Amino acid sequence: MEQSHPVDIKKHVRTYIAVFVALLALTIVTVAVSYWHLPITYAVIVALIIATIKGSLVASYFMHLISERKLIYLTLIITFAFFLVLMVLPVLTVSDKIVN
Amino acid sequence: MQIPYTVATRPDTGLFNAKLGVWLFLASEVMLFGALFSSYILLRVGAPTWPHGYDLLNVPLATFNTVVLITSSITMVMAWASLMMKDFKKYRIYMGSTFLLGVVFLIVKGFEYGGKFSHGIFPSESTFYAIYFTLTGLHGLHVIGGMIVNAYFWGSGSKMWKSEPERFTNRVEVAGLYWHFVDLVWIFLFPALYLL
Amino acid sequence: MANAATAHHHVHDDEHHHEELGFWQKYVFSIDHKVIGLWYMFTALVFLFFGFTLMMLMRWQLAYPGQPLPGWIFMGLPALIGIVVLFIGGLQRKLISLMGVIFLGLSGLIWYVVSDETMMPGGIMLPELYNSFGAMHGTIMVFLGVVPLAVGAFGNYVVPLQIGAPDMAFPKLNAASYWSYFVGGVVMLVSFFVPGGAANSGWTSYAPLSVIATQGQTLWLFGMVALITSSLLGSVNFIVTIIQLRAKGMTFMRLPFFVWTQFVTAFLLLLAFPPLEAAGVMQLMDRLVGTSFFMPSGLVVSGQILPYTGGGSPLLWQHLFWFLAHPEVYVLILPAMGIVAEVIANNTRKPLWGYKSMVYSVIFLGFMSFIVWAHHMFMTGMGTTISTFFQTTTMIISIPSIIILTALIISLYGGSIRFTTPMLFALAFLPMFGIGGLTGLPLGLAPTDIHLHDTYYVIGHFHYVVAPGTIFALFAGLYYWFPKATGRKMNDKLGRIHFWGSLVCMNLVFMPMFIQGLAGVSRRLYDGGAQYSHAQGVLYLNEVMSVGAWALGIFQLFFIFNFFWSIKKGEKVSENPWGATTLEWAATPTPPPHGNFLTIPEVHRGPYEYSVPGYKDDFVPQHVDGQLVPSQKTKV
Repeated sequence: MEQSHPVDIKKHVRTYIAVFVALLALTIVTVAVSYWHLPITYAVIVALIIATIKGSLVASYFMHLISERKLIYLTLIITFAFFLVLMVLPVLTVSDKIVN
Repeated sequence: MQIPYTVATRPDTGLFNAKLGVWLFLASEVMLFGALFSSYILLRVGAPTWPHGYDLLNVPLATFNTVVLITSSITMVMAWASLMMKDFKKYRIYMGSTFLLGVVFLIVKGFEYGGKFSHGIFPSESTFYAIYFTLTGLHGLHVIGGMIVNAYFWGSGSKMWKSEPERFTNRVEVAGLYWHFVDLVWIFLFPALYLL
Repeated sequence: MANAATAHHHVHDDEHHHEELGFWQKYVFSIDHKVIGLWYMFTALVFLFFGFTLMMLMRWQLAYPGQPLPGWIFMGLPALIGIVVLFIGGLQRKLISLMGVIFLGLSGLIWYVVSDETMMPGGIMLPELYNSFGAMHGTIMVFLGVVPLAVGAFGNYVVPLQIGAPDMAFPKLNAASYWSYFVGGVVMLVSFFVPGGAANSGWTSYAPLSVIATQGQTLWLFGMVALITSSLLGSVNFIVTIIQLRAKGMTFMRLPFFVWTQFVTAFLLLLAFPPLEAAGVMQLMDRLVGTSFFMPSGLVVSGQILPYTGGGSPLLWQHLFWFLAHPEVYVLILPAMGIVAEVIANNTRKPLWGYKSMVYSVIFLGFMSFIVWAHHMFMTGMGTTISTFFQTTTMIISIPSIIILTALIISLYGGSIRFTTPMLFALAFLPMFGIGGLTGLPLGLAPTDIHLHDTYYVIGHFHYVVAPGTIFALFAGLYYWFPKATGRKMNDKLGRIHFWGSLVCMNLVFMPMFIQGLAGVSRRLYDGGAQYSHAQGVLYLNEVMSVGAWALGIFQLFFIFNFFWSIKKGEKVSENPWGATTLEWAATPTPPPHGNFLTIPEVHRGPYEYSVPGYKDDFVPQHVDGQLVPSQKTKV
């Protein structure tokens, strides 16, 4: 980041604390939900959504992605696309078998 | 012979070299942990039965560890913010806290692992434990790596604040990005292994 | 040399202050990208030679199964090379002499391996040893030979020069990359000495065989971890360097095509290698700690139930391996295409045809390479839907390849072709890569792959792309850039003998493989198919291919001798003997000093401004200023 004024940083500090509180709250939520023992599909979806929100908060504010340069975004979007490929395709090859 | 843009940002990209470098490194780490998550998915989907994490693992302990790591993330970003506000003393407090929180995380991890080992449960026990130990173990190694870097920037590395404050601030920012990433991985690891 | 800046008030650890450095500082602990590039080159060439020797040993067994191998010939060849190179180097050229010593060491290693009575009783190769040679030949050629040469050597040396940068973005990281590679290479070589010998489960290390294999496999895995680390550090360096350190005026669309290929290659390495690192760790855990990531339940080996809890998936290994290994093959070919592009533009004295298309194609190729990997797994029982997906992406990925090849061919049209030695290799690359690419099509189509999978057809296909494909391009690069590093040219006559001999022999070795593969001869058979009735009709080709391989080895002697002799006694040439437009030739002395440029160049034009009307020379370097009247503008 460019040299910012101490005043700007103080505003950022307020944001950091807000994010911190949000992260703690979401942690409590995700643990609480796990005690409900939802059917596995729903459990996965809810856990993923909460984790994604938490992760986005860390990335956007602690890692300053929200004000970061296009180039970094581009790199991350490409990476994320391949990450999804790696998550989804292998399991598709074993779920669609040629012989039952 | 100077390498350009080690401290100053390059006008058209708006970045200094190490920042681009660390984001690229983090991209590769996404793929590294991604491969392990992918393995977890494949093994779990292909298994006739798979235990619930909350039945086998200590959820309260891991929740505590999650809070520890999130807190260490905010102390890390505050360490950098302190440098931006030219407050070196505050920086040392925050960076030191980050390190100490890392120690706490590892101690708790030690208890977790110790608990399992003392009951004769090792990675070879089942594919669940294999992926649990490998994912958390690799994550733990990354925590240790980050702590070494942070310790260096708290200790002898902090001498650079006197001679090249902007370059030092950049270094701490870059170390922070790595540390936040380690926190980020845990944010996904924790529900995936413990809560599902 | 530029400013003898002694008044630095910040002492950066990587500053040398332009004093005359001792041997150790200059060559061993250097962090200069050119020195590191040369280290990569020498190391890679040694590994290429060793991997080649392993193949020559295998081909004895294939041509004359069960006959004692004349070990003295195979160890004698590197010994001879070592002595000659030592003689050339003498006491004055210590680096050359060091290479001579290394070749002698190599010959010792080969002697050790072929005289080991447990693996080669009476000089007859056991199947286990044959399998070791096969696995290590592949591993060494791909990971210790071609990629370090194409990326580590050529990339490191040329890219900063071509973009107008003083060095790589992270010089110390660059050195760390090399040493990590070196350690990985040593570990791989050491594995030949452990009980059971080196890894023998194929370069693909498929589970569960690799999990129960002998010790050498564990060393292979550790070696791979070191090599992957080297690659990852290097790829970060390349990407940051190309993005951040381009000289003023060097826009992305003015980059030499070689730099574009290195850029995309770096992204492939960055994002595709980590899954293999993870897989390597998991296989290590299976082997050392008893986990069952890749071990299925109830596996029985030699009548014994294996003590694994099971529940693992051998297919998981295949997915993670090929997720890397498919992009890896593009890592093998892209820098080669880049070199061929440079050499062709330079030796036709005209701009490349379709530069923009080539750039978009190489970017598109990079993306696609991540979603084709399971075409290596068509025979694993995947359903038709998912197979169709991978078949389709595989067909699509051939398009950018064809565009690049076609653009290179069209670039010849209307050119004033100079048949220099590098150009000969670059020209041969075109049809050879064409054959390699076309023969890939029946492999990428699932129905035909049913017949061809794991046969010699596959070996023929990928060797055509890598051997008379990539390696020819790398030779082109070595002959081309040799004068930049040394100020001398390699001998043309020897170069021509090397070229023609290699071209003929490459085809002698690899063309018959298609015939054998179509007949159904499987790969990795230590007797070349002798036991199978369907192979009998094509067995005679084994001897043909082996003789071709050994002849190919003999022709490399011309190159090796030429290379070392020319460093010392080659014809001295000017700073830009090829009349090239790119910065590494036109804007920096020979050899380039630490920091590369006496004055940092500013770029004003594209990379291939050859035969520009209105200029007295038939080339205009990128950094040369001067207005072009609209009617005189060259379309790049």
